[in-house]
Amino acid sequence: MSLLQVRDLATHFFTRDGVAKAVDGVSFTLDRGEILGLVGESGSGKSVTGFSLIGLVDPPGRVVSGKIVFDGTDLVAAGEPAWRTLRGKRIAMIFQDPMMTLNPVLRIDTQMVETVLAHADVSRAEALERARQALVRVGISAPDDRLKSYPHQFSGGMRQRVAIAIALLHEPDLIIADEPTTALDVTIQAQILSEVQRLCAETGMALIWITHDLAVVSGLADRLAVMYAGRIIEEGETARVIERPLHPYTKGLIESVPHGKKHREMLAQIKGMTPSLLNLPQGCKFRPRCPRADDACLEEPALAELAPGRRARCVHPHVEALQETLVS
Amino acid sequence: MTETILDIDAVSKRFVKELDIAERTARLLGSSVKEQTVHAVDEVSLSVAKGEVLGLVGESGCGKSTLGRMVAGLMRPSDGEIRFRGRNIGTLKGAEARDAALKIQMVFQDPMSSLNPRLRVDEIVGEAPRVHGIVPRREVTAYVDDLLERVGLDPSTRRRYPHQFSGGQRARIGIARALAVKPDFIVCDESVAALDVSIQAQILNLFMRLREQFDLTYLFISHDLGVVEHISDRIAVMYLGRLVELGDAEVVFSRPNHPYTQALVEEIPTFETKKKVYGAIKGEIPSPLDPPPGCHFHPRCPHAFERCRIERPLLKEVAPGRLSACHLNDEASRRGAA
Repeated sequence: MSLLQVRDLATHFFTRDGVAKAVDGVSFTLDRGEILGLVGESGSGKSVTGFSLIGLVDPPGRVVSGKIVFDGTDLVAAGEPAWRTLRGKRIAMIFQDPMMTLNPVLRIDTQMVETVLAHADVSRAEALERARQALVRVGISAPDDRLKSYPHQFSGGMRQRVAIAIALLHEPDLIIADEPTTALDVTIQAQILSEVQRLCAETGMALIWITHDLAVVSGLADRLAVMYAGRIIEEGETARVIERPLHPYTKGLIESVPHGKKHREMLAQIKGMTPSLLNLPQGCKFRPRCPRADDACLEEPALAELAPGRRARCVHPHVEALQETLVS
Repeated sequence: MTETILDIDAVSKRFVKELDIAERTARLLGSSVKEQTVHAVDEVSLSVAKGEVLGLVGESGCGKSTLGRMVAGLMRPSDGEIRFRGRNIGTLKGAEARDAALKIQMVFQDPMSSLNPRLRVDEIVGEAPRVHGIVPRREVTAYVDDLLERVGLDPSTRRRYPHQFSGGQRARIGIARALAVKPDFIVCDESVAALDVSIQAQILNLFMRLREQFDLTYLFISHDLGVVEHISDRIAVMYLGRLVELGDAEVVFSRPNHPYTQALVEEIPTFETKKKVYGAIKGEIPSPLDPPPGCHFHPRCPHAFERCRIERPLLKEVAPGRLSACHLNDEASRRGAA
């Protein structure tokens, strides 16, 4: 059975200006040891999906419907008490800004020991030893000195490693990583990616890597789910999504990345901009920006399985790509 | 492409943190506290040809933005000089200084903090050309409309405030403002870094189109190598305040010479769909307050040897038009000669 099953998840924000449907009908499954890349631009609902999975959506936001079945238990139905026992122990989250997870006025050892003791019945000395090992595991040298430091004494990359070490303390089954390398330099990002890759392989934990950067996850994730306006619009195995995207939005996203394109050539661009969540277009949400849109798109398509393991939410998908796959 | 428009000649910028009163007292009492100096930019020399796009890349703290700000005249170099069309912009006076300042404009990273939130778009874009008499007062309205259209904004939005626009549109306003004074040279400091991929592509295309239309020269500063590679003719790579490599964009990317550039190029995430094993160069970027001696990169360099720890490598020509600051090149040529 899959570790995580998300069914028709909807998280809405009840603001003064109206209801913002940040996540509206998201479904996916995740197996043990699998890495899922959740990709989208700002406002696509990718982070809110992540926050919903770990039960950290703040008012005015709320999970209004759907199921989050984690290891057999529906967390939406079970509510906050269930989340409390899981959060930090079996599901952990890594945030974009490590300063958000680390308390600036506490030493690293205090924070890590606290996390260990919250879920494990061990002595302080043992908790400290676990903290030390967690730091070693994420590649921090001189862990004993590092444990006695404050967060501001670390560099950005180092802080993110500490945040990852804290997430790993209880060897969770699932880690949700929300753009953890976006604020980091390229060389540091590569270091973090290589650590995460190694840790996933070693511990067999499942990972949801949320990012706006398709290129980052293309080398990391087993599967990709692309989000637009609160919905998953395409899902499939990483290599096949990148090489043969079905949805015009995915295709546009891939084509607008400059790297590897012909020098100085105009980039293919998606016209317009992401719609406001308060004022979504009728039918397919990508319709006003889509080169393939016509009247048929006025009715919203469902996320349909177009080939084994390939799902897309589109009236006019790039099926020709699919046929090529079948022939080859 | 041969005429040089901008010359950066051995420019350095140092920031000194002065001692506060407690530290000064401590020093009087015999403590060894010293003023801290950061060499943000350390003897960088570059020249930019007319019509060229020079990409400047490096990681945080490498001094690329400081260099850009000095070129745009927002900061003065501590040493060295910056010549625009052959004249040192630091020593120009009066009208000449003003003209030089107008000819070099800057487009910033975060359009929200570089646009005045209390001014309407037509004031933001139209103020400078009106004040400097670039267009007659009566024609300012038409001039602004024309500019807005050229950067892809609807002129009917001219009475709106910056917060009523999306991120990509704000970036367009920042570009229109820079273009309004008819510059020859634009410093783009991480101008597309804050934008979503689909919007970033739109703005990059806009930069390329405007360059043709207005015959512009760009200094394009970014940490994103993919973006820089795409838009630049030549690329300069900086590390901890020093220029480590310079050359044609395609060559720098296909055959990087300096080990740091090699590592950077290696680490760019690409659409390689087979599971990429991220190799990662070891270690962190050292603090610019206390850079390592010799070659700044030696503690992280896989090829470092004795000489790298002692002697600073100079920027040398390794191929026509191609500069690199690495002792390995000397070793290679010595071996070649022997």
